[in-house]
Amino acid sequence: MPWAPRTRPASPKGPGRPSRYIGRPLARYVRTIVRVTERVEETPSTVTLRFPYDPPAAPGQFVMVWIPGDDEIPMSLSYVSGRSKGITVKVMGETTRRVQSIPPGTALGIRGPYGNRFDLSPRRVLVVGGGSGAAVLAPAAEAARLGGTSVVVALGATRAPELLFRDRFRAMGARVEVATDDGSEGTPGFVTGVAERLLADEPFDAVWTCGPEVMMQKVIVAAGRRGVPVYCSTERHMKCALGMCDACALGPYHVCTDGPVFAADRLATVPDFASFHRDSSGRRVPF
Amino acid sequence: MADLAVRCAGIPLRNPFLLASGVWGESGESLAGAWAAGAGGVITKSIGSVPRPGYPNPTIETYERWGMLNAMGLPNPGIDEYPREVEIARRAGATVIGSVFAGDAPEFARLAARMAATGVAAVELNLSCPHAEGFGTEVGSTPENVERIVRAVVAAVEIPVIAKITPNTADPAGLAVAAERGGAAAISAINTLRALAIDVRLHRPVLSHGFGGLSGAAIKPVGLACVWQIYDKVSIPVVGVGGIMTAEDALEYVMAGAGALEVGTALTFEGVGVFGRLARDLTALLDELGYARLEDAVGAAHPAR
Repeated sequence: MPWAPRTRPASPKGPGRPSRYIGRPLARYVRTIVRVTERVEETPSTVTLRFPYDPPAAPGQFVMVWIPGDDEIPMSLSYVSGRSKGITVKVMGETTRRVQSIPPGTALGIRGPYGNRFDLSPRRVLVVGGGSGAAVLAPAAEAARLGGTSVVVALGATRAPELLFRDRFRAMGARVEVATDDGSEGTPGFVTGVAERLLADEPFDAVWTCGPEVMMQKVIVAAGRRGVPVYCSTERHMKCALGMCDACALGPYHVCTDGPVFAADRLATVPDFASFHRDSSGRRVPF
Repeated sequence: MADLAVRCAGIPLRNPFLLASGVWGESGESLAGAWAAGAGGVITKSIGSVPRPGYPNPTIETYERWGMLNAMGLPNPGIDEYPREVEIARRAGATVIGSVFAGDAPEFARLAARMAATGVAAVELNLSCPHAEGFGTEVGSTPENVERIVRAVVAAVEIPVIAKITPNTADPAGLAVAAERGGAAAISAINTLRALAIDVRLHRPVLSHGFGGLSGAAIKPVGLACVWQIYDKVSIPVVGVGGIMTAEDALEYVMAGAGALEVGTALTFEGVGVFGRLARDLTALLDELGYARLEDAVGAAHPAR
C-alpha cells in the first residue's frame, strides 16, 4: 500500500545518526537524516542545497537524496569537501521542481557517496560544461586548481543568467570561456564550438565534460582528433545505486557502480551513449 | 577438481549459480555481463504483459552484509520490448531463463508462450513477489492457484517450467507439491520474505511502498528449511535461493536438496565477480570434502532413504 505523507514533525534535535548497526556503519548502506542548512538560487533554473554530511567524498561522486514522502534521486555533489556537502539541482521534472523549493531546516535522507571520481592527475585540463553539468565539474576543477593544475572552462547555457558557477570557476583561478545559445554572453551558439576552438589553440592533457550526451559526444570527437583523453560524467535513471537493480544500465556498465565518470574510450563501444536511455520500466527512450 | 556442472529441469548448466531474477536482468547487456562473469545461467527480470515503472524511490534499504529490503515493484519493459534484451544475452552465449509474472492463469500462459518464443531455455513463474498488488504472492499463495497456473503454462509452452514459490505462507512445501502436480519441471525456493523498515526520526516506513521483501544472508536459514521440506515432498529438482554469499552457503543448500542455486543480493555487496569466486570456492570445498561431482552432494544432509 502507498503510505500517505505524515505531518508529524521529526525530532527537533538536529541531524540524526543511524543507530541500527553495531560497529561503524558504512555510509554506502545507511541513510543519514540531515537538515538543509542553506538554499542558494544559483541561476533562474538552478538551486543549491547545503547540508552537513560527514562521509568523505571526491569530485565526480554522487549521493542518493531522499525527500521523505516524495522520492529519492541521485545527485552529483557540487560541494564535496569538509562537512558541509552540497547538491545543485536543475529543474528536470516534477521531483526536481519540488526539491528546488525545499527550505532550510527540511529533513533529507542521504546515503553515499557512490560511484567513481575524476582523476585529478592531469596538469592542463579543459572543462566543458553544458547546462547543469557544471554542478559536478566545479568541485573537480576546484580540487585540480588546489593541486596546481591549470584549468580552462568552456561553459555553455541557453542564456547569460543560466551560466552555472561562472563566478565560482573564476574565483578558483580558472579561465572561463562562455557560449550562450542566444548570444547574450560570450560566443553565440553551443559550447562545443568554444571547446573545439580551445582544443585547436591550446595543449591539454585531459578534457572533463558533463552535459547532454549529444554534446559530450561532440566533445569526444573533437578531442579525439587531437589525441586528448576525455572523461564524461554520465546520468541514467537510478533506483538502488548499489549495482543491483539494473535501472541505470549503460551498455555493459552500471552508472552507479562503474561510473558516473567514464573515459570516452570505454563509451566508444556502448550503443546507448548519446543514443538512448532507459525509463523507469527499462524501456529504451531515444535522446 | 570437482565437477560443478549440473542438470536442472533438463537444462545443462556449467555450474549451479544462476543469476536470480530481479537482479541485473532488465537489460540484455547486463544478463550477458553476468554470464561473462561466470554465472551458470541467467534469469531475466520478471516480465509482465505491459511496461511497468515500479514504485517510486526509496525502493531499497540495506543492512550492511546481512540483508537487503526491496520493493522495486516489478519494474519491467513489458513483453513487447523485452525479446531484444533476451536476444542480446543469447547472442553472448548465455543460458537464459525467462521470468514472468501475471495476474491469473490465462495471462501467465500467454506471457510464458511469448517468453518461450524468445528462445529461452526455461520459464520461471514468479508466484511469489511479496510487494505487488494483484501479482506474485497474491496469486501464488494457495496450492489451488499454483497448480492451476502451472498447469496452464505447461500446456502453453514446450520448455521446462520452473515455479518460484513464496515462503510467506504456512506451508511452502504444499505449494511446491501443487506445482509438481501441475507439471512443473522444477521448484525455485525461496522468494523474499515480506518485511518492513521504519525511520524513527521521520516516523514513517522507509520504502515508498511500505512493505518490501527481505533478501540476503538473513534469510538463508529460512530458505534452507523450505528447500529441505520441499526436497522431501517432491521428486522434481529444487533451485535453492536465499542468502547465498559463500560456497558454504551454496553447499548447505545443495545438501538440503537443491540441484541448482540462484544468487542475487550477493551482487549488491560484492559485484558480479561473486560468480567466479563462488565457483572457485565451491570447487575447493567439494575437493576438500572428497566429492567428485556437485550432483553427488544433492540432498546429502538428509537421512538415508
